Amino acid sequence: MSKPILRLQDVNKQFTVYRRSAQPIDVLENVSFELFPGECLSLDGASGSGKSSILKLIFGNYCLSSGHIWCDFDGVDFIDFAAVSLRERHALRKKYINYVSQFLKAIPRISALDVVIQAGMNEVISGLVTQEQLTRRAQQLLERLNIQSQLWGLPPAIFSGGEQQRINLARGLISPKPLLLLDEPSASLDHQNTQVVIELIQEVRLNGTAMIGIFHDDQVRQALSTRSISIQQFKPSSNL
Amino acid sequence: MNEIEQRVEGFNFAYLDEQTKRMIRRALLKAIAIPGYQVPFSSREMPLPYGWGTGGIQITAAIIGKKDTLKVIDQGADDTVNAVNIRSFFSRTTGVITTEKTSQANIIQTRHRIPEQALHEDQIMVFQVPVPEPLQDIEPLKAQTTKMHALADYGLMYVKLYEDITQFGKITFSYDYPVMVNGRYLAAPSPIPKFDNPKLHQSPALMLFGAGREKRIYAIPPYTDVQSLSFEDYPFEVQQWDHPCAICGSRESFLDELITDNDGTRMFVCADSDYCQTQADAS
Amino acid sequence: MKPISQPLLKVSHLSKSYGQHVAVHKVEFDLGYGEVIAIVGESGSGKTTLLKSIACLTTPDSGEVIYQSEQFGDMDVFRLSSMQQRLLNRTEWGFVHQHARDGLRMNVSAGANIGERLMSLGQRHYGKIREQARYWLDMVEIDPKRMDDLPSTFSGGMQQRLQIARNLVTQPRLVMLDEPTSGLDVSVQAKLLDLFKKLAQQLGLSVLIVTHDLAVARLLADQMIVMQDGKIVERGLTDQVLDDPQHPYTQLLVSSIIAA
Repeated sequence: MSKPILRLQDVNKQFTVYRRSAQPIDVLENVSFELFPGECLSLDGASGSGKSSILKLIFGNYCLSSGHIWCDFDGVDFIDFAAVSLRERHALRKKYINYVSQFLKAIPRISALDVVIQAGMNEVISGLVTQEQLTRRAQQLLERLNIQSQLWGLPPAIFSGGEQQRINLARGLISPKPLLLLDEPSASLDHQNTQVVIELIQEVRLNGTAMIGIFHDDQVRQALSTRSISIQQFKPSSNL
Repeated sequence: MNEIEQRVEGFNFAYLDEQTKRMIRRALLKAIAIPGYQVPFSSREMPLPYGWGTGGIQITAAIIGKKDTLKVIDQGADDTVNAVNIRSFFSRTTGVITTEKTSQANIIQTRHRIPEQALHEDQIMVFQVPVPEPLQDIEPLKAQTTKMHALADYGLMYVKLYEDITQFGKITFSYDYPVMVNGRYLAAPSPIPKFDNPKLHQSPALMLFGAGREKRIYAIPPYTDVQSLSFEDYPFEVQQWDHPCAICGSRESFLDELITDNDGTRMFVCADSDYCQTQADAS
Repeated sequence: MKPISQPLLKVSHLSKSYGQHVAVHKVEFDLGYGEVIAIVGESGSGKTTLLKSIACLTTPDSGEVIYQSEQFGDMDVFRLSSMQQRLLNRTEWGFVHQHARDGLRMNVSAGANIGERLMSLGQRHYGKIREQARYWLDMVEIDPKRMDDLPSTFSGGMQQRLQIARNLVTQPRLVMLDEPTSGLDVSVQAKLLDLFKKLAQQLGLSVLIVTHDLAVARLLADQMIVMQDGKIVERGLTDQVLDDPQHPYTQLLVSSIIAA
């Protein structure tokens, strides 16, 4: 295939909790792998082994302790996402990365529809679509995800876990970007909704998006992932 | 009526000592050089209390010379108590000729009016000023008003005018109406009625303003632009009357309203006594 | 998209002491166009002193602030004349005080409060001033019918919104807020923040907001700066500082919030 869109190189992550012992706790050691456009890479490993942390490190939600996160979003150069300025990182996220976290961090008082629309505002600002087009797209997405229209005007904080999850997904899917990070996308969903989610993600992948996913559900993993990596190999030697 | 009284012995010419006159003249020069700017000066003790025109008197005393002719008016009239007393004071300390005719005077000290008769280049108006600071009522702190004048930062005055229009439908200053002098300094023209404000603009005469209690002097040199503040859609307007003057018939002067008996009968008469007399004599 | 070579605001080596007490110590940071940065810390961290120094409300002992002005280009803010600083503060900058009474004229109507900046800048048409006042009252969700009322008749939340309107009337590019929600009821705070966030996005404002409330930072800010004892101890994208705080003090702050 062509060039990878993402390349992790010797990424290490330690946590230092100062209120406890202030001893660094190693979580991940020498994480290295590549990701190509159109791939869905599944991260496999036991619960608590650091799978979510890898996604968070890539997104910049966590700081890495050492190593590089090489990104090539525009097909031109690699840049080290972990080393760029804050301003650049913020801009790159907005433009190139969709991150569907495990739990919806519900910003209070914003309606479900607006939560989804806001995730796609970049396209309106850069003039690619109109506000109306974006709104329509958001509504269609919510429909597909079986969120009834009565709920669209309500803040998601009052929704069930499964509904919140689907809002979270809609946020990550409304404006497809080259890189999609998925943390347990079907965790709280029933069978029917899981199928919808699989379809949606598949469509995005077939359009060229590169994605990394954590799938607890074997069926989902099998349906979506084109490649797997076991996180076991990145377990810190100190923890063995 | 011309009066030449005997000069009183024991006082310097025009009462003030020469050093004081020098100090006041310096302040006057500075004031004339910076039109509308309030120049602090060391106000002296005068033989009358603050609030009775000590500022105006000190200016007149500092500039008056043996050959000058002095007119003193109070609210436009030469024969009110204060005008009479001040005129007498100068007569006795200088021996100069005094007059009631505007056209014949070359120094005119005034409280609260500008004469109706147009002034000419050889004349000096000396105004008695109670409050020299136009921003006093809306910004009591001197530190703040000093900054505002220094930075030409007069937004607050316009806020006051805005509030007036909002509350009352019009700007409520009827006297001491704030003016912009030479496009730079906001000044208080002393409590002359706004009717007189236009007379300040591009006047051939020199206008000097003295506040004795507040210890400030300011000036408007001849032929200076003086604009009364206003909004584009609420322009400056002067007072108007429905009646002509009951004595001389003028429709162009500032009229006082006099109640003549216990039934409330009223009469409108020119405030400027000399002007009224001149008009009446002419017709 | 505007090519961003220079940050909108660049603060270098800013220090201020009050006698022996060092309030702000050699603080450096920059703010980009359209960025919202929250400066957080507890009382005594120096965050308010820092903000007020930048805004020229207090004079720092040393340091430099370079601002990219739309009208004047590169500006070394502390070296400007009083007149220029005042002009800047009335046109391209806005400052929302913690207490509305410090940022409003309480004895003058709401409309006059909003119109004051315009009048200072030479606007002389009463009708037009009122139009603008009406527009901005509406933008901050205050009934324009209250234009002639005194701010003292407004609730705390309304007063703060009026303060915001007063600042936005000249369409500033940089707005600084000093604990704008303190003293307000929680629901009122929420309304104020939502409104401000919407306006900031709509108008493309660059914002510096000082707050001790991390939830405010989470809601509004792209980046967070954490201050302790006059120094910056951590800086990062908001979600990172909240989820993976690196500095011990930041960890303490973040762990101290009780999630609702």
